[in-house]
Amino acid sequence: MALLEIDNLSVRFATNDGEVQAVNQVNLSVDPGETLGIVGESGSGKSQLSFALMGLLAKNGRASGSVRFDGQEILNAPPKVLNRIRAEKIAMIFQDPMTSLNPYMRVSDQMAEVLTLHKGMSKRQAVAEAVRMLEAVKIPDAKGRVRLYPHEFSGGMRQRVMIAMALLCRPQLLIADEPTTALDVTVQAQIMTLLADLQREFGMAMILITHDLGVVAGSCERVAVMYGGRIRETGPVGPLFAEPAHPYTQGLLHAIPRIDQQGEELAAIPGSPPNMTHPPAGCAFAPRCPYRRERCDDQRPPLEGFAPDRARACFAPLADVLAGRETVRVADLDAALGDQQDDQPMPEAAIAGAGMAGAPSKVDTHD
Amino acid sequence: MFAYIMRRLAVAVPTLLLLIVFSFILMHLAPGGPFTQERELPPQVLANLNAKYGLDDPLWKQIINYIWGIVAHFDFGPSFVYPDRSVNELIAAGFPVTLTYGSLAFVAAVAMGVGLGVVAAIWHNSFLDYLAVGISIGAQVLPNFVMAPILVLIFTLWYGLLPGGGWSFYDPSFWIMPVIALGTSYMASIARITRSAMLEVLGSNHIRTARAKGMPEHRVILRHALKPAMLPVISYLGPVFVSMITGSVVIDIYFSTGGIGKAFVDSALNRDYAVMMGVTILVGALTILFNLIVDVLYAWIDPKIRY
Repeated sequence: MALLEIDNLSVRFATNDGEVQAVNQVNLSVDPGETLGIVGESGSGKSQLSFALMGLLAKNGRASGSVRFDGQEILNAPPKVLNRIRAEKIAMIFQDPMTSLNPYMRVSDQMAEVLTLHKGMSKRQAVAEAVRMLEAVKIPDAKGRVRLYPHEFSGGMRQRVMIAMALLCRPQLLIADEPTTALDVTVQAQIMTLLADLQREFGMAMILITHDLGVVAGSCERVAVMYGGRIRETGPVGPLFAEPAHPYTQGLLHAIPRIDQQGEELAAIPGSPPNMTHPPAGCAFAPRCPYRRERCDDQRPPLEGFAPDRARACFAPLADVLAGRETVRVADLDAALGDQQDDQPMPEAAIAGAGMAGAPSKVDTHD
Repeated sequence: MFAYIMRRLAVAVPTLLLLIVFSFILMHLAPGGPFTQERELPPQVLANLNAKYGLDDPLWKQIINYIWGIVAHFDFGPSFVYPDRSVNELIAAGFPVTLTYGSLAFVAAVAMGVGLGVVAAIWHNSFLDYLAVGISIGAQVLPNFVMAPILVLIFTLWYGLLPGGGWSFYDPSFWIMPVIALGTSYMASIARITRSAMLEVLGSNHIRTARAKGMPEHRVILRHALKPAMLPVISYLGPVFVSMITGSVVIDIYFSTGGIGKAFVDSALNRDYAVMMGVTILVGALTILFNLIVDVLYAWIDPKIRY
């Protein structure tokens, strides 16, 4: 049985400009010990998806659908139920370790309170256990440093502290929300290696949320690509990277700069992500899609399986996408979008999606 | 930290000296003097009076004499208007009164203000929030000179519950109205600062982490949110505490409490140089002291601040 089953999960935010449809009808499952990557650019809904699982949505957010952990319904569960699951069964680490740790509390106090709360340990036992966990995440001189405050650690060390804190209760599932985004590239690799080692050691499942395709390639077994709050393509890492079956996935992979790249221009997906307050009636990616057809403008493609373990949401025939038979030339698309959007020379989100995806270059091995 | 406090106290001495010199000069620049009256005194009498109080000396000499009196004898001079009383006696009589009702008003304003602010932030955009904001806006737009007569009207004239004025250190019924009248608008400001600070902290990433750790909401608030939310409140409270314990002329006049708030304003109107200087130095010294206390509290709350 799957450890985590997400059924038809949607997240809505009530704002002054109307309702934002952050996540739409997402279905996912995670098996024990498995690593699932969720990929998407900023605003694709991937973080809100994870917050919804943990009941951490902002006050104006509403989640609907069903999330079962170990057979138990946890979506919109009362705080008492959620607080038995948070940290104990499902732990979470966040993007920015400086602001995600409490800057006003010693690391020992922040870590110990997890154990005194969930395991009923005494403060002394809890701190001793915290030191053991800090050693497990390879913080040198853990015993001395446990008394320090977060700002006395470097960025990478802070994320290690964050990881140690998340693992204190030996959770069955770790949700890592962009764990390496705020870190230097060299430190990113260390943290990902550490996470992989710890995952094996503790036998826990992991949901890795990232916009960094390199990180996904290096550490995930399965990937879900999100765009405009919906899953566009899922599948095992190898086949999905080798033969992306959705135009968006293809665009993402294409946008990764290569070391052997000739010429100066970086490839980017033209246009910018949809406004989720007024999502398009059809496929949200259609305005930026080189394979788009007429029906894409007013119908939403369902997520359909097309090979073992693989699914995609696209109307363009699989053969056309795989063969790169585009219906619209990228230059035309660029021009059309340019006229339409007050002539933005390089949409920010496209750069964000492409540039950041390129950091580590592990993806090239799948080429 | 100890060295820092010592350093700050050492800097306080020249600061106070500067304060004395500047206010001394400003005071003497103002037209008129303690003996200016509607019917002019005969020149000979005026000259004698000036000689008696040393006002015929050059200004620099007066300043040096004044400072020497303070340093050597802790003597702030005689009142120019009440010849039989020294400044020390006037302050000793008035300051305990303002200190009493000021501190009580401060404690009440902080307790209620912080309470209201926290409640409003936790139940943001709910009925409780609107109620708390409504109370604090109402309290803010009722200045003490409006509050005081309303209180007297209700509690003294209508219901006869509280004495309408006067002061006793032994009877708290004299304290109640001064405390309410003085504290209300400060309470409102504290509530609004607390509310916005708390809202900001509650939206921060480390609070999300605390919730992700499975902590019950009340522990998230008490252990993780309250301390950082108090930072802006504390920096507001330092100067507020000083102005509260050094009294308010409105309170002193309405309730005839006999505090130094009235003494200060009277001294300014009467050109009672010595009393004016005495109260100025008191307020200055307290301000320096409480700014230091605020800084120490800051360092205690925020570990990133180290002196």
